[in-house]
Amino acid sequence: MVAIKDLPVEELYLPGHRLCPGCGPSIAIRMMMKAAEKNTIVTTATGCMEVGTTLYPYTSWLVPWVHTAFENTAATASGIEAAYKAMGRRSSEQRKINIIALGGDGGTFDIGIQALSGALERGHDFLYLCYDNEAYMNTGIQRSGATPHGASTTTSWGGKKIPGKPEWKKDLIGISIAHGIEFAATASIAYWNDFITKVKKALDVNGPAVIHILAPCPRGWRYEDKDTLKIARLATQTRYFPIYEFNNGKYTLNIKVPNPLPVEEFLKAQGRFKHLFKPEYSNEIQEIQEFVNKNWDRLEKLTTL
Amino acid sequence: MMSKFPTYKEVPIAGNIYDPGKLVYKTGDWRTFKPVIDHEKCIKCYICWLYCPEPSIDRTKDGGVEINYEQCKGCGICAAECPVKCIEMVKG
Repeated sequence: MVAIKDLPVEELYLPGHRLCPGCGPSIAIRMMMKAAEKNTIVTTATGCMEVGTTLYPYTSWLVPWVHTAFENTAATASGIEAAYKAMGRRSSEQRKINIIALGGDGGTFDIGIQALSGALERGHDFLYLCYDNEAYMNTGIQRSGATPHGASTTTSWGGKKIPGKPEWKKDLIGISIAHGIEFAATASIAYWNDFITKVKKALDVNGPAVIHILAPCPRGWRYEDKDTLKIARLATQTRYFPIYEFNNGKYTLNIKVPNPLPVEEFLKAQGRFKHLFKPEYSNEIQEIQEFVNKNWDRLEKLTTL
Repeated sequence: MMSKFPTYKEVPIAGNIYDPGKLVYKTGDWRTFKPVIDHEKCIKCYICWLYCPEPSIDRTKDGGVEINYEQCKGCGICAAECPVKCIEMVKG
């Protein structure tokens, strides 16, 4: 637990970036820098965060920052960690630094998963943070492995033929845990305290850690800029995006939702699901609700292990 | 006009930036509505400060918050999240 008044006032993530007003991932990254503080090296995959924050000669980062291609963020982080270790062997000065690899959902779920899998298997000491805005927002809202079932994107239009994306979302944290890592967690920007605590925990782990944070995108999810946190909160309050952590073999549900709202509340707040409310797709919402319930039951069972 | 720009010999290798924070792009002209804080009602909870995506809300020395209108894009998250609703979005 952290108190808002104890967070560093100093900004390591500067204004002036060209991200959209009301950007969810930007809030996530700023909170991450509040948790990680000064001795940090960040490497970012191509994505909104990379193109928006570092337009030459401007930059939003006051910490060392490395740009990498879409697919090799985790590989770059491994290289930074290995180089830092090698340098540490040659010098007398020993310093603990945080290495953070940052990727969007496209750069993590689809393109970067091979490099991520390799880095997790080799056990490098770094944090992989995936900010999930549920599509390739940077290039114009194309579907990704993280896009939920039923969402309309520019490559899976919800129309007469299909009800948005027909497939279901990948379970990134499940895949990460299967590598036998010590710490993996989901988080949401609406629960800042939980997120900042998790980043601090993940950086303390001696080995790889993965955090998957839900960060709504006003442009791609099609809602008003000011509702970013309202939507993020709804995602958890409807049990659509459960917030849990896996720490040393133990699962914990961090945000318990005793009285969940129907998933409809979350869907109807966004334009990307508006076709689901047409009469021909009336069974889709029921299907999504069943998926959400099943996923929650699975997690509840895991917490009792 | 062109001579103002550095030549390729003067630009750092790989476009490295050695003095981050020196150049800050002004994004304040993006907005339509601007947030105005009623300091009488403000309870100094810093929720707006934490949730500002820019960040364009600064903490002042006396413990309050202040909006940096040179950077604020006018998204309205601060006004929506304020627990005592002391931030109002006004045109301009």
